[in-house]
Amino acid sequence: MIAAPLPIQRPADAKLLVVDGRGRVTHRSRSRFVDLLRCGDLVVANDAATMPASLRGEHLRSGQPVEVRIAGRDSLAAESIRSCIAVVFGRGDFRVRTEERPTPPKMDGGDMLTLGPLRATVAAILGHPRLVRLTFDGSVDEIWEGIARHGRPIQYSYVTLPLALWDVWTPIAGPPVAFEPPSAGFALDWSTLASFNRRGVQFATITHAAGISSTGDAELDARLPFDEPYYIPPATARAVKCARVRGGRIVSIGTTVVRALEHAAQPDGMVRAGAGLATQRIGRATRLRIVEAMFSGTHEPGTSHYELLRAFVVAGVLHRMDEELAVGDYRTHEFGDSVFVEAMEMRHRPVRAAVSSSLERGCARILRKDGRCRRR
Amino acid sequence: MHANSEDDVFRQLHGLRVAITGGTSGLGLALVEEFLDRGAQVAFVARRREGVAEVVHEHAGAHGIVGDVSRKDDIHPIAIQILAALGGLDVLINNASNLGPSPLALLADTECEDLERVLATNLLGPFRLTKALLGALASSAREGRGAVVLNVSSDAAISAYPRWGAYGTSKAALHHLSRIWNEELTAEGIAVMSLDPGDMDTPMHALAVPEVDPTQLKRPETAAREFADAVAKLVAFMNRSSEKMVPESVQ
Repeated sequence: MIAAPLPIQRPADAKLLVVDGRGRVTHRSRSRFVDLLRCGDLVVANDAATMPASLRGEHLRSGQPVEVRIAGRDSLAAESIRSCIAVVFGRGDFRVRTEERPTPPKMDGGDMLTLGPLRATVAAILGHPRLVRLTFDGSVDEIWEGIARHGRPIQYSYVTLPLALWDVWTPIAGPPVAFEPPSAGFALDWSTLASFNRRGVQFATITHAAGISSTGDAELDARLPFDEPYYIPPATARAVKCARVRGGRIVSIGTTVVRALEHAAQPDGMVRAGAGLATQRIGRATRLRIVEAMFSGTHEPGTSHYELLRAFVVAGVLHRMDEELAVGDYRTHEFGDSVFVEAMEMRHRPVRAAVSSSLERGCARILRKDGRCRRR
Repeated sequence: MHANSEDDVFRQLHGLRVAITGGTSGLGLALVEEFLDRGAQVAFVARRREGVAEVVHEHAGAHGIVGDVSRKDDIHPIAIQILAALGGLDVLINNASNLGPSPLALLADTECEDLERVLATNLLGPFRLTKALLGALASSAREGRGAVVLNVSSDAAISAYPRWGAYGTSKAALHHLSRIWNEELTAEGIAVMSLDPGDMDTPMHALAVPEVDPTQLKRPETAAREFADAVAKLVAFMNRSSEKMVPESVQ
C-alpha cells in the first residue's frame, strides 16, 4: 500500500474494502459506508481529541536538542498529565523518517528538559534509552497551557506539510486525551451522524487515549500499544445493553473502541460503564465478546493494529484482504482508505444476554425508532 | 431576590461546565461572576495575560485562558485548555466582541481591514470555537447533561443603525448562524441561542456612545442574571427530557 500524503480527512474518492462475516471481500466507495449498517445497529466511536503531543526542546545537561512525544498517561484525569510516559528523539523533526531519527542524548533519572515554556524532569528511564517517564513542573493549568500553545501534532514524514490541530481533530472530537488521532473517526462528519439517525442506527461514544502508532525502533514498537486509559459513559453502556436486547450489532469505529469495549466486557455480555485502563493485546487468541464489526483504516502487517484484525478474521481471509488492498491501490495511514470487517462467526463469541420484558420495554422507549425497523 | 422555589432551582448550577469568551470586562466578567456564584465550573478566555491573571486572582476557582478567538490558530489551544480545565463542556458563551472603528464610522468610511477584524472576532471566532467544541457538547448531550451555545447578540443585529455597519453586520450574521445551527443540532440535543443583552454600562458601550449617561444604562450584572436564568431553564428542560428517556430497567 502507498501512504496517503495529504491531510484530507474525507477525500471524495476514499475507498472501502468490505469483508463480510463469511470472509467474502468486496470493494465500495467509503461514502457508502452507511449502507452497510442495519436498523438497530449501534455504532460506537472514540471521541478523544488529539493533543499536540510533540514538544521540541533541549536536554539541559548536554545542551542537545530533543523532540518529546507524549505517549502514555495513567488516567484521563486532567491532572494525570503531570506525570506521563514519553518517547524521546534526538535532533531533527518529522521530516526525517522515524526509523532514521538520531537517538536522544543519554538521559539519566533527574535530568531536566526545557520544552518551550515547559520544564520537565526525567523521573525514570523505562527499560529503553528512548522511553522515559516525565514529570512536568507547574500547576495543571500551566502545564496544559504550555502543551496547548507549544505542542504540535505528532507527525510522520509521509505527510510533508506541517499538521495543524485542525487537520487531526475528528469532527466529534471532545476531551483532548489522544496522542495520535483516532483516525477512523475522520470519516464521521455530522451529515453521516444525521443519516445514522434517519436509518435507525444508534450512535454512542467512548473516550480512549489513542496511543502512538510507531516509535521508529523495532524493540519499542514491539511494546505497542502501551496501556491506554479510557472512559465509557453510562449512556454508552446502556446503548450497548439495548442494542443487545434488540439484536443489533455493535460496530466499532476504529481499533481503540474495540480495545476499550472488550476490556470493559462483562460476563453477562454487557460493558461496564466508567473509567478503565486497557492493558490487553487483541489478536488471534482474542474471542470478541462485544464488537461484531469494525470500520477502520487499512493496516500493514507487523503493526499492532494489523494483529488486532486476527481477532475478526482467520489468516486466509486476512491474506486475501492484503492482496485486494494491494491490487486495488488502497492508501494507508491516518489519511488513507478504510476497511469494514465483520467478525467471522468462529471469532466472535457473544454471550446471550438475559433479557427481561421490562428491559425490552425500557429500551423500546429509548429507541423510538424501533417501529420503523419493523416496518422495513 | 427570587420569589419562588422554581427560581431557586435555577439559581443552583452545581457541576455545570461553562466557558465564556471575553471574560475580563463588561458582560463577560459579569457572566463569570454570575455562573461562579451559582456553583458552576467556569473557564473564561481573554486576550491580555494581565487581565486574565487579575480576574483569576479575584475569583477563586475560575480557570483563566489567554487567547484571541479572532485568530484561527488560537482556537484549538483555547479549546484544549477549556476541556482540560472543566473535564468537558455543557455551556459555551461566545461573548467576546469587537466594536470596529471608534468613533463609529459610516460604512463607506470603514476600512476593509476594520470590517475583516470585526467579522473575525464576532462571526468567525464563535463559528470556529463552537465547531472545535461541538464534539464535547454532543457528548454532554448524549450523557443527558444538556448542551447549550449562547451567542451574545445585539439590537444592531436586527435594526439598521447608521454608523453601526461593521458591528451590526457581524451580529446579524452571528444571529442567523445561531438560528441555522440550532435547527441543525436539535437532533443532537444541542441548543444554540442568540440573545440581545440590551444597552449596558460596559467599556464597549462607552467606546461606541461616549455621550450617554452610564447611569441610564442597564447594569451588566442584570443582563448576566437574565442570561444565566435562560441557560439554567434550558439545561433543566434538557435534563428532564433526557431523564424521561431512561427508564429504570435500563439503568
